[in-house]
Amino acid sequence: MTALLAVKGLVKTYQLGETTVHALQGVDLQIERGEFVAIGGPSGSGKSTLMNILGCLDVPDSGEYRLDGEPVQDLGADELARVRNRKLGFVFQSFNLLARTTALENVELPLLYRGEVSPAQAQERALESLAKVGLQERAQHYPNQLSGGQQQRVAIARSMVNDPVLILADEPTGNLDTRTSLEIMQVFQDLNANGITIVLVTHEPDIAVFAKRQVVVRDGKITRDEPTPNVSNAREELAKFPLVEAAASPTEPLLVGKAD
Amino acid sequence: MRFAGLIHIAWRSLARNKMRSFLTMLGVIIGVAAVIAMLAVGRGAGETMNSSIAGLGSNVINVFPGSRTQGPARMEAGASSRFREEDVAAVRKEAGAILYITPVARSQAQLKAGGQNWRTSVLGAYPEYLSIRQWPLTSGAAYTVSEERGAAKVCVIGRTVADNLFGAGSDPTGLSVRINNLPFRILGVLESKGQNSFGQDQDDIVLAPFSTVQKKVLGNLYVSSMMASAVSEAAMPEAAQQITEILLRRLRLPPGAEPDFTVRTQTEIAAAANAISGALTVLLSSIAGISLLVGGIGIMNIMLVSVTERTREIGLRLAVGARGRDILLQFLVEAMAISLVGGLIGVGLGIGVAAVLAGAQGWAVKVSVSSVAVAFAFSAATGMFFGWWPARKAARLNPIDALRYE
Repeated sequence: MTALLAVKGLVKTYQLGETTVHALQGVDLQIERGEFVAIGGPSGSGKSTLMNILGCLDVPDSGEYRLDGEPVQDLGADELARVRNRKLGFVFQSFNLLARTTALENVELPLLYRGEVSPAQAQERALESLAKVGLQERAQHYPNQLSGGQQQRVAIARSMVNDPVLILADEPTGNLDTRTSLEIMQVFQDLNANGITIVLVTHEPDIAVFAKRQVVVRDGKITRDEPTPNVSNAREELAKFPLVEAAASPTEPLLVGKAD
Repeated sequence: MRFAGLIHIAWRSLARNKMRSFLTMLGVIIGVAAVIAMLAVGRGAGETMNSSIAGLGSNVINVFPGSRTQGPARMEAGASSRFREEDVAAVRKEAGAILYITPVARSQAQLKAGGQNWRTSVLGAYPEYLSIRQWPLTSGAAYTVSEERGAAKVCVIGRTVADNLFGAGSDPTGLSVRINNLPFRILGVLESKGQNSFGQDQDDIVLAPFSTVQKKVLGNLYVSSMMASAVSEAAMPEAAQQITEILLRRLRLPPGAEPDFTVRTQTEIAAAANAISGALTVLLSSIAGISLLVGGIGIMNIMLVSVTERTREIGLRLAVGARGRDILLQFLVEAMAISLVGGLIGVGLGIGVAAVLAGAQGWAVKVSVSSVAVAFAFSAATGMFFGWWPARKAARLNPIDALRYE
């Protein structure tokens, strides 16, 4: 069986003023279906560039990228848009929800660009997706009426709405406090337990331990790639966490219909 | 992406910034309203001008008998006096482009009334003469067709004649005047027309039935000239052509012969009128065009601001699968929505302004369907044209940079 994602010899250079930045200098990586991979590394290591290429937002100078059987490096702009729409889900550090737009409509957004989905179907699927992150009750709330953790869960619901083969999360906990970060990691772990492949970019080692496999990028090359020795369980960590702030924030089921 | 979805997205984004959308729209509203009101006023002014120019005689056709050569001496025009009243009747019957026609008999006569006397020209013509020259009366009424047929000794007199015989500002309607010692009853006084373009006093005239002047003042059977008006200004050349053909036939001139008469239209007046109304149209449409242009630049400005402001939104849309053309269409639809809604409001406002102007100025302000259609089409085109560049700018954003944009 071929890997879900395979890159070979990725090279990417930038011209920043007069200096040439060798962001990627020959990266090889394979990710199988159902994996939960954390990509780490210091800032400037090239992990963001790798993330952008994996997310089909950027193209490498050279090298191969095969995603779910498609040779991504050969695709044109419209084809890349289609791949992003059908096969990928994005979760960003700053949530990137549309302001003055309800949670439901935010989640529906990728379906709008899919074309073949009727408005009624889109709404149904968006509600299902929100239910998976425990926010079906907040479907009509606007982003400014939601906490940071809730906004990030709306973003996760949006990333899943098109049943992607891969969810790419770029520092998803970077703007969140420790407890909310744990909640988000729990959502990711639960999604992964349900078979969704996740690639998480983070420079925080204590977030990376929730992934099953850790890849470290340094100076444009992969310097470490190994299974996490002791994968932390976000639910257990959350249980140990003092509930000081929790009293202030409303409690709701974090993930409903989850298979244990 | 579905078109309904695009409309929905555009609507929501405009509704998010109600004040800004409205102010942007205002540019288009004013532009379109200006086009419609200006064209309505221009049309009204044009019509008002045309009718006053028609009053000057641009619609009038004069037919003079040709000069006749007697031996070596060529006589003046009209000297042959070869038209008869039957020729006039024939032209009236056969020429479709003619609205009114009358024979004209001209004479100079000495007038006496009370202790005063005055020499002036006496013009014999059918009552239609007043319609041809668009010449109303200030008091009394014109003579009737039966008075014309009966060669009644009645007349209407010009202001100058009334002033000289009966005193300035007098109304001699119903009084009597002697023309070459024959007593005539004055039926009315003509409105003052002042001087014509050659400095001749047009009010120094007595108008009497053609038959009366022909038989009782001149004592001959000829028609010294004919005066006619065409059904419209546009029909002038056709009317002149018809008159020529009919008269050639009736005067039994061989085909291709030089006509023995002259058909004269006031083409220079009509040409001047056309030039003025053309200039007026150019002036008004350039003012209107400029206001639409300014409205369009307003749209472009706001769309550029909007694209910059929503860079992250564009980045996100690209990341979740929007293609460049989806983004392009989204912004184009927004620009079109502004210009079309603005255009609709502008049409309403323009009609309102035109109506108010019509009421206030008493002009014949007319809103035409075509001006509404043109204004609306232009506002749509403005949205398309000025929305294009910002929309393309949005569509060409790099998703990575757009997502990171602060």
